[in-house]
Amino acid sequence: MNNSYKTDYTPNQKMKKIILSLLGCGCLLAVGNGLQAQTLINGAGSTFDYPAFTKWFEAYGETHPDVRFNYQSIGSGGGQKQLLNQTVDFGASDAPMKDEAMAKAPGKILHFPVVAGGVAIMYNLPGAPKLKLDGDTLANIYLGNIRKWNDPKITALNPGVDLPDLAIVPVYRTEGSGTTFIFTDYLSAINPVWADTVGKSTSVKWPAGIGLGAKGSEGVAGQVKQISGAIGYGELAYADQSKIPYANMKNSSGNFISPAPDSVSAALATAHIPDDFRFSMVNASGADAYPIAGASWVLVYQQQKSADHGKKLVDFLKWAVTDGQKISSTLDYAPLPDSVQQRELSVLDTIKY
Amino acid sequence: MALAVFVLVALIGYELARGSQPALHKFGWHFLFSSDWDPGSDNYGALPFIFGTLVSSLIALVIAVPISVATAVYLTELAPLWVRQPLIMFIELLAAIPSVILGFWGLFVMVPWLHDHLFPGLRSMLGFLPLFRGPDYGPCMLAAGIILAIMIVPIITSVSREILRSVPGLQREAAYALGATRWEVTRIAVLSYAKKGIFGAVILGLGRALGETMAVTMVIGNSPQFVASLFQPGSTLASWIANQFTEAIGDLFYSSLFELGLVLLGVTVLVNIFAQLLLKTFAGPSVKPQH
Repeated sequence: MNNSYKTDYTPNQKMKKIILSLLGCGCLLAVGNGLQAQTLINGAGSTFDYPAFTKWFEAYGETHPDVRFNYQSIGSGGGQKQLLNQTVDFGASDAPMKDEAMAKAPGKILHFPVVAGGVAIMYNLPGAPKLKLDGDTLANIYLGNIRKWNDPKITALNPGVDLPDLAIVPVYRTEGSGTTFIFTDYLSAINPVWADTVGKSTSVKWPAGIGLGAKGSEGVAGQVKQISGAIGYGELAYADQSKIPYANMKNSSGNFISPAPDSVSAALATAHIPDDFRFSMVNASGADAYPIAGASWVLVYQQQKSADHGKKLVDFLKWAVTDGQKISSTLDYAPLPDSVQQRELSVLDTIKY
Repeated sequence: MALAVFVLVALIGYELARGSQPALHKFGWHFLFSSDWDPGSDNYGALPFIFGTLVSSLIALVIAVPISVATAVYLTELAPLWVRQPLIMFIELLAAIPSVILGFWGLFVMVPWLHDHLFPGLRSMLGFLPLFRGPDYGPCMLAAGIILAIMIVPIITSVSREILRSVPGLQREAAYALGATRWEVTRIAVLSYAKKGIFGAVILGLGRALGETMAVTMVIGNSPQFVASLFQPGSTLASWIANQFTEAIGDLFYSSLFELGLVLLGVTVLVNIFAQLLLKTFAGPSVKPQH
């Protein structure tokens, strides 16, 4: 027994050594390659942006093999937090960063809108009629002042549609979300009572005893699809996927508009956008503008710590706000208008590295 | 090894307390008694979630305990062998279903069924109670209680069955010898002997119900409110943390969620202590089952 142990032992050891040294060489080669050629850019944040980023990284990577991306789709809050802690190269958020948070940051943070989208108002009614709604009616539904589908305010907007005597069940996002920010931003802009009692935020205190909370846009779509009389809000893509009808919303020019990417681009073109790009585009003034729309931002420090990372990040962002827009518009995001693209490019040039 | 458990719980408690520092400082004890949850004005309170956690778990116990104990008794005392094995297998299978799957099933199958069939019946029969009044949309506190009951039935049943099996055969034989009927044997000789152990099984189930997250989130309706009606949506500590954590922007918001976790730990510990006291006071001098 002892003998056989001994003879077994040495070849085993040898094998181990060979395997280990092979592995070591492999690792060294991999690291060497990475250092020479590829830069890893880290980002974190919004889930709303995630599909766009995925497509962009893929397309950009084909022409720029020297850069690789890693994006954690952990939510806007997490994205802002990680940027403040400087653990990522860029953050992505559905709501612009608040002044208090910006003040705490170790450097100046710039906002760049990269995608924009409309929020569809979905509903579940027998016969699935096409409805028209306006902001004030919507606010009163979520405030609990309008509780039946055959309320005079709704029937007045929809002549010829036979609305049932059915309770309205408002459905909302239970977790914080950029979609909720856009929705409450819009209602605050239209209805002063809403602005005073509920306000606008990624997560608000919903009027008590009215409606249901659901997790995620897919959760809201699911609840609306199931509950007869329900109304909810979510990105257009979810309404389309679940084949739920959505309302044409009355814009500030008095036209009823569908939340298609074109009408969101129309809203972007007429929205007032300040120099720091922290803007709201709800209830925009264009005749074809869809009123419940918002952007999502990439957040970066103006002073980059690493020249290599900084340069590659800026190059990528320049590409994303211009050529990248053609790709993201295939995913139901509204493309940024030329004027906005040009302004973003000039601010991107102010980033130092 | 036993000490490691203490250390682990203490560490979890410490980490939660550390994470909730800003909220602890700002709100103090007020956090426990405030029903406000308003990220807009940065005011947070835990009361509706404590309420929701306790109520949903209570509903679960009310439904699950009689079913589980009856099933355990049937399995050990009455069932013929060819029923026993498959039934036990099914119960254990039920315990192995991931909660997210149960949640999906709850949302897409159970809730619509409850809404169409059970709730109208409850309303017409028990509508005089405030518990079963008012409109229902489907997802609600009662639905959460029912899904929790489904989740804890296998736990309570399995543990109770083990307890009942450990009741010595002599107990039963002695009761039969005294001329007791089958039901009397089960009640006097078996159940009262196994009382403490079954109580322990119930506490184990309760622990699961208090902390369950995914399935509850999907069917409870997620609305922090106090209402008597079980047809209204509610929210629990665990489900609220899971819902809000990803998009919690701001220090106070974030740390308030940590404090909810701390409260959940506290509620669990308190409920367990309370249960122990209850057992000491009411269970009387019954014999503990040997393991």
